[in-house]
Amino acid sequence: MPVRAEVVRARDIDDVVAAIAGAGPRGILVRGAGRAYGDAAQNAGGTVLDLAALDDVVLHGDCDVEAGAGVLLSTLVPLLLDRGRFLPVTPGTRFVTVGGALAADVHGKNHHVDGSFGDHVRWLDVVTGDGAVRRVVPDGHGVEGRLFDATLGGMGLTGAVVRARFATLPAPSPAVRVDTVRCADLDSLMERMVAADATHRYSVAWVDGTARGAALGRGVLTRGDHAEDSASARSLAPSAARSPWPGPPMPFGVLNRASVRAFNEMWFRRAPRARYDELQTIAEFFYPLDSVGGWNRLYGPRGFLQYQFAVPDEGADVVRSALERFAAARAPSFLSVLKRFGPGRAASPLSFPMEGWTLALDLPTSVPGLAALLDGLDELVLSADGRIYLAKDSRAAPRTVAAGYPGLAAFSSLRDEVDPRRVFTSDLSRRLQL
Amino acid sequence: MTDALDRPASVVVLGATSEIARSLVRALRSPALHRLVLAGRPSDERDDVVAEFAAVPVVEVHNLDASDATTHERLLAEVFAAGDVDLVVVAFGVLGDQRAQELDPDLAVAAAQVNYVGALSVSLRSARHLREQGHGVLVVISSVAGERARRSNFVYGSSKAGIDALATGLSYALEGSGARAMVVRPGFVRTRMTAHLPEAPLAVGPDDVAREIVRGLRRRAAVVYAPAALRWVMLGLRHVPRAAFRRLPL
Repeated sequence: MPVRAEVVRARDIDDVVAAIAGAGPRGILVRGAGRAYGDAAQNAGGTVLDLAALDDVVLHGDCDVEAGAGVLLSTLVPLLLDRGRFLPVTPGTRFVTVGGALAADVHGKNHHVDGSFGDHVRWLDVVTGDGAVRRVVPDGHGVEGRLFDATLGGMGLTGAVVRARFATLPAPSPAVRVDTVRCADLDSLMERMVAADATHRYSVAWVDGTARGAALGRGVLTRGDHAEDSASARSLAPSAARSPWPGPPMPFGVLNRASVRAFNEMWFRRAPRARYDELQTIAEFFYPLDSVGGWNRLYGPRGFLQYQFAVPDEGADVVRSALERFAAARAPSFLSVLKRFGPGRAASPLSFPMEGWTLALDLPTSVPGLAALLDGLDELVLSADGRIYLAKDSRAAPRTVAAGYPGLAAFSSLRDEVDPRRVFTSDLSRRLQL
Repeated sequence: MTDALDRPASVVVLGATSEIARSLVRALRSPALHRLVLAGRPSDERDDVVAEFAAVPVVEVHNLDASDATTHERLLAEVFAAGDVDLVVVAFGVLGDQRAQELDPDLAVAAAQVNYVGALSVSLRSARHLREQGHGVLVVISSVAGERARRSNFVYGSSKAGIDALATGLSYALEGSGARAMVVRPGFVRTRMTAHLPEAPLAVGPDDVAREIVRGLRRRAAVVYAPAALRWVMLGLRHVPRAAFRRLPL
């Protein structure tokens, strides 16, 4: 939804403190790179704080990164690769800020091994609604310990993260050694994914969201690890540039049922039945969509939404049911991604990952009956003790989120402690009654 | 906040017993609808509406006297202070008996007090709150009767012409504010208000009007006709020469 807010560009922490002190009745919210799919980074009628100027980076001798909240991951990737390191966790786009990655507690293809971004944080500097600047650490005590945990995945509602230090992973070369396997149905795909948990750091499956019947859930599984030697690696490091110009707005969508089906068919057939030890660049492996500027515009002016849920292993059936329902409703999902999750951050009330499965789908909002279809899926996900991802959400009911995140009450009481005026707020928090 | 599928989380109905508004709330009802404010005169009819929507998590009922503009400031301040509003529907209105109004202008004044002055009062106040919020839609139920005066209902038509111009003006004024306004121009709608009248061509039910409003909200339309075909009929009627128009059986 288009809404209006006043954007304040902070130059330093003092500006952040001043903006919080001067926040009006509609409150304040930090916006990162604006990559959330819904209203997480919007604050209608209030203040939106842009921390892009907090962009300094320190690479420590122990390979930790210390960075301002406004630093883009795309800036860090080449710096780290030069030193034989990589981000501990990266989402499917590198054009997100450090602050945004923390607020959504993002996950990557290595969640089953390395957990979420928050699991690698050494400390956070958070400016809370009471104006205090606090350095909070993992396993801290009292309110500061809870503030650390609640901030990871807290969607910016606990305060403004201005600076953070986090660990990195070794990446001896800027290449990823990738195995690709095509699976003809959902059972074989899921079986192989469970097996890949133990063998590969990175694992993700693209699922043909248009396949039905016996082919339901067919997909292409890619598994990878950072390649040891860089001898064969060309210049594989991606550039630090901002995302490419997205091109002009499209007057109409070109993704419809027929074209999405054709695309999915082609994507499936194009994939090798099985291919091992292929060297891919960081950009090819982690950020395929970053190279297609404005891919989102293919959906036309009505746009699309993302639906992503997680269910524990015992709820694996929900993945099948979801794909069946989408196929039955002929909802053309351009991009459907299935992933394994390792244990989640139990102490972080709004962090999304939980041990088991996660499925994400892109759906054009013009699909008839989409609202009821997704409401029904919410019920299914909740009945399996699952939850939906707040960074992707744009249409859930408050009840769905409260049921999926049992720590929500603790989250609210922490906000009462550090932000009694509830200065930090967002359209997402208003819509979902967070 | 209205969600990505255009479902409002909070709806305020001014004129709780309006059949069009009731149909609209039915059409907008979803798990995403969290708060419903029903403001109207206390009546069995209002109780009935409240009962129908009792399952909405938060239902607030207010007394509203549309003709007493001095009470509107406080009412709307209360409604907006209690939480964000995604949609305000200005739905109250009276038709009145044209012949009686011509004979007793006090009756016409009382009707105009509701249809125009009252609607102006709540529309302007709501628009101010929506602007402060930075989002939300003001839906004002006007009428095709306001587009061109007719012999049979020009008193009603004149009050609708007034509120139509006001709401249209608000749709310009709110541009860039994050909020917006929408004017709804139904033709003959089969409701209690028109039950005693012979049905006009292109007559519709309240559900049809609600459906057009929902479509209009999705398209971010500034003007909605119900039925949609009336847009073209009215385009023609507006240009019929006076000499011919006054002879039309309208």
